[in-house]
Amino acid sequence: MPKLTIDGIEIEVEPGTSILQACEQLGIEIPRFCYHERLSVPANCRMCLVEMERAPKPVASCAMPCGDGMVVRTNSETVLKARKGVMEFLLINHPLDCPICDQGGECDLQDQAMAYGFDRGRYGENKRAVNDKYMGPVIKTIMTRCIHCTRCIRFINEVAGVPDVGAVYRGEHMEITTFVEKAIGSELSGNLADVCPVGALTHKPYAFTARPWELRKTETIDVLDAVGSNIRVDARGPEVMRVLPRVNDDINEEWLNDKSRYSYDGLKRQRLDRPYIRQNGKLVPASWAEAFTAIAARLKGLPGNRIAAISGDLADVEAQFALKELLSRLGSANLDCRQDGARFDTSVRAGYLFNSGIAGIEKADVILLVGTNPRWEGTLVNARIRKRYLAGGVTIASIGEQRDLTYPYSVIGTGPETLQQLVDGSHPFAETLRAAKNPMIIVGMGAFQRADGLAVQAAARLVGEAYGMFRDDWNGFNVLHTAAARVGGIEAGFLPGEGGRDVHGILDGASKGEIDVVYLLGADEIDTAKLGNAFVVYQGHHGDAGAHRADVILPGAAYTEKNAVYVNTEGRPQLARLAVFPPGEAREDWKIVRALSEVLGTTLPFDTHGQLRQRLMAANPIFGAIGEMTPAAWAPFGAQGPLDAAPFVTPITNFYMTDPISRASVTMANCTEALVGPAQERTGTHG
Amino acid sequence: MSAPASDHGHAEPTSFTFTPENLELAKRIIAKYPQGKQASACMPLLDVAQRQNGGWLPRVAMDAVADLLGMPRIRVYEVATFYTMYNKNPVGRHHIQVCTTTPCWLRGSDDIVHTCKKKLGIEVGETTADGQFTLGEVECSGACVNAPVVQIGDDYYEDVAPEHMERILDALARGETPKPGSQIGRQSSEPVGGPTTLKAFTAAQADATTAQADD
Repeated sequence: MPKLTIDGIEIEVEPGTSILQACEQLGIEIPRFCYHERLSVPANCRMCLVEMERAPKPVASCAMPCGDGMVVRTNSETVLKARKGVMEFLLINHPLDCPICDQGGECDLQDQAMAYGFDRGRYGENKRAVNDKYMGPVIKTIMTRCIHCTRCIRFINEVAGVPDVGAVYRGEHMEITTFVEKAIGSELSGNLADVCPVGALTHKPYAFTARPWELRKTETIDVLDAVGSNIRVDARGPEVMRVLPRVNDDINEEWLNDKSRYSYDGLKRQRLDRPYIRQNGKLVPASWAEAFTAIAARLKGLPGNRIAAISGDLADVEAQFALKELLSRLGSANLDCRQDGARFDTSVRAGYLFNSGIAGIEKADVILLVGTNPRWEGTLVNARIRKRYLAGGVTIASIGEQRDLTYPYSVIGTGPETLQQLVDGSHPFAETLRAAKNPMIIVGMGAFQRADGLAVQAAARLVGEAYGMFRDDWNGFNVLHTAAARVGGIEAGFLPGEGGRDVHGILDGASKGEIDVVYLLGADEIDTAKLGNAFVVYQGHHGDAGAHRADVILPGAAYTEKNAVYVNTEGRPQLARLAVFPPGEAREDWKIVRALSEVLGTTLPFDTHGQLRQRLMAANPIFGAIGEMTPAAWAPFGAQGPLDAAPFVTPITNFYMTDPISRASVTMANCTEALVGPAQERTGTHG
Repeated sequence: MSAPASDHGHAEPTSFTFTPENLELAKRIIAKYPQGKQASACMPLLDVAQRQNGGWLPRVAMDAVADLLGMPRIRVYEVATFYTMYNKNPVGRHHIQVCTTTPCWLRGSDDIVHTCKKKLGIEVGETTADGQFTLGEVECSGACVNAPVVQIGDDYYEDVAPEHMERILDALARGETPKPGSQIGRQSSEPVGGPTTLKAFTAAQADATTAQADD
């Protein structure tokens, strides 16, 4: 382990540590533009220069590995002079248009110019100007501001795996561009603006809307997929102005997908801001009391088996738990949180969780994808698989459709019969799995959203058992969910009770007239035509499919407007926090259920969020371990049965529009038009 | 240094395919590099493509090279735009590249450029109306000892004076190929007017040289 002296302080570091990293360990700040912790090191900005004894000139600390006996100075006259010189060169062609730049206030160049910039320019010649480039619907470019750090090129090549950005021409004429003037075909393109240290790449939807210092920052989580990315919601007054990722190395590292980042404009459109009651076929505004009375009147005297509830993709745990309690008081066991119709065994936790954890992907050496397109179903899970691929020594295979997942993989089959062949060892891929140390299987909803879902789950379990995926030190059986509400709903018990109907049974019953009242908790992705003549209560925040069919609408809160628990696909409960208040008369969802229970005469036994949480923890202790994964014990799950030969089909047809919020978003509509439209025609699997 | 392609209005072809002979040549070039390092063949392949396409590289040709080598298209585009020897815009049949870097400039490259402009009636970077000549200035051609140097196609014309330049242009216009190399009859880079072999190096000269060295 090399031992070196930095600014008179001795430090011993891991071999391979750069001087810059060693400085960070000591708390010494080194200015930098091109260096980024999660990207390769090009050492081209030269801002991180330090002085090293016996070196003829300053060295770039980001690229210089620590050696034994080095003596480094970071605060000498020479260092300051060198960095000032670098800064002066960087500013030669920089337009210095900070007052009209969206990066202003959070710009690395602006901040470091405060420390290393001159108070006036000495450059009298004309500055160079560069044409702006088109980089798609979410990235705005002002290329004259670019300082050629190449972070964007490295990000898109390394992390996103979509080599669409490059540097063309050379020397003074160098320009960053896409090939050629096309939208970046990556679901992670928003991160380009994050890694850009200057205002060259900024967020198009956020352009000219706010300054960082006027925003109220709320640390919360994203719910537009089941990954549970950690985010920060920046709001001004009642409005969400932008969404940024937060660092969480276990989940999203420091990235965020474009849907989660840019759907926020959907939070302002199509909102349900007051209760409605359908009268003579038309929805008319009503008061809360009138809405509750209408529901109570319809429910009066109805036996429990004629009542049902379905929760949607964005429902929080508290609301689902409260609604489940209410339904059981009404005598109903007809409730399901799997509105997508997926069939899988929920009796064993290990059977429906991403057991290895997202970070666990980095330990796997064989990854088998089953009926999933992780690029669209869990973009950051896919980014993690790509990270694993870049580290080398991994074999990736898929049973399902051929898609561009940003890393090479082989399609070894299309449907469940391949799983069967793996179980009995007759498939050639069995040899690879047998040789693996940490084999991993990732099952997507495409494998469960079919009549033989339970049998597929059992077959996947048998594959896991056959190849040592369940061990004390390793659980490689992973389910990748598509909805943030799903695992939370399962953990809260929002599932068919004894003799109760699942979502298929509920819709079937409603269309046959066996179910009279259906309570939709934000469920929009069901076939509303099958609701028949049932009386539909819709509780949610957007006027989407469910609200259009509803007889009574109860306006709820979106994920940015409530304090609530969500459980991600790993089974990790996380807190969403209130960033802005729900619009108009909309309320937090558990409160609506609680208030309704009082009108129905079956008051739920909690008056505060705290009491509700207590009950929740009593019902399922995992809700007590916020932010942590509770390991799931292994036991047989699934039900062996006949397998259908039909190929697996990924459930998401348009990444950018999967839920009421993103469907209401103009930015997502633009993304769909720019990036998904042509692909749909090409593959022909959509409709 | 060439300006971005978008500054020049020209029609990009819509397709490019290597001729069977060039595809054969490309495969021979690719085979020179180890398995997995095919991208190393990018630059020679771009040259093959440029020659096939009449001296310039349209984007479809870069794409063809990228696809042949399994490289992202942007990587080939980066290479092609980095090097000035790849022409991103159409050029005439004779691409006249006058070196104007310091040694050639000291030896009168300005006069050569002026002669070309006057003779062809075009400015630097332009092509004659008949599509025969494109005039360009280049940075050091690496033949400073024989300055000034003009590269036309694959040939170097050295020790060029304005009258030589006129003669060369006339010959090219007639469809002839003027003799490349030194225009004043120098053998390679021998001293102008001085001895060409050790045999001609007389004893007296040798003494003088030794005496100089002793001082």
